[in-house]
Amino acid sequence: MTKIKTLADLKRIRDEVQSKIKLREQGDKPDKLVQIKVSMATCGIASGAKETMTYLIDELEHQGIDAVVTQTGCMGYCFAEPTIELTIPGKEPVVYGHVGKEKALEIIEKHIKLGEMVDGIIPVSYKTIDE
Amino acid sequence: MKDLSMHILDIAQNSIRAKASQICIEIEEKPDADQFIIRIDDDGCGMDAEELAKAIDPFYTSRTTRKVGLGLSLLKQNAENAGGSFSIHSEKNKGTQLTAAFSFSHIDRPVLGDIVGTLMILFSSSGEINFEYRHKTPSGEFSVNTSEINEMLDGIPIRTPEVRKFLTDYLSANLEQVQISE
Repeated sequence: MTKIKTLADLKRIRDEVQSKIKLREQGDKPDKLVQIKVSMATCGIASGAKETMTYLIDELEHQGIDAVVTQTGCMGYCFAEPTIELTIPGKEPVVYGHVGKEKALEIIEKHIKLGEMVDGIIPVSYKTIDE
Repeated sequence: MKDLSMHILDIAQNSIRAKASQICIEIEEKPDADQFIIRIDDDGCGMDAEELAKAIDPFYTSRTTRKVGLGLSLLKQNAENAGGSFSIHSEKNKGTQLTAAFSFSHIDRPVLGDIVGTLMILFSSSGEINFEYRHKTPSGEFSVNTSEINEMLDGIPIRTPEVRKFLTDYLSANLEQVQISE
């Protein structure tokens, strides 16, 4: 039988990563990181936002890309769930719809790594004259 | 919703939106009494009697981005379809408690599913919120809370890859010990 882990083991992990964390934090500020918000309300979850979010976190970590993946509420594009909002530092946020695993990988490979936008953008960031 | 872990993730978002600082998720498996119970308690902003009456109406939501609010009604429907019941209590500025009971052996009871994934998403984004998870079955009880985890981590965020990996393994291993149903 494998030994059941206890939370006390977290202290060991903490010591291990503490030095790495310091390096990471000194090198970059959160607003200089790629930020992804996954829409995680009833509509999103029912369409698979949970899998998309887990996939994004795992794949970005696997590829060694520093990014902040967080969850957000319903953005009102329930027809296109799962939706994500991607912010590349210094650029306007872009919202993608119908982001399953394949789409998520395409976005990482093309948009995040090469800066080329891919199909599936929901046009939201236009501004009216009043703003 | 494909499984109960998704419902839990969904309902917990309500508590987050209600600005709760303490959210408790409890699952109790009672195969002998043929019951599978989910309880979610928070100390968020709560609802008054009027809002509460409308809360399970699928065409009511406090959001402005869309006009339907299906979270609670879907959970209620699922519980009732699986020979169970659903109840919700709330008090303005005190918090909300809800219970969804399923018949344990009912063919229409959705499986619990990837509860570890749900907890990881909630825990990673917990911030100031203390999440508590309890899982009780005849084989034992497992409980975990984020204030304990954060105390151990001493300032390192839960979303750090190494910490995530450890917690995922920790939760899976411990749940495997107590969990009866899938």
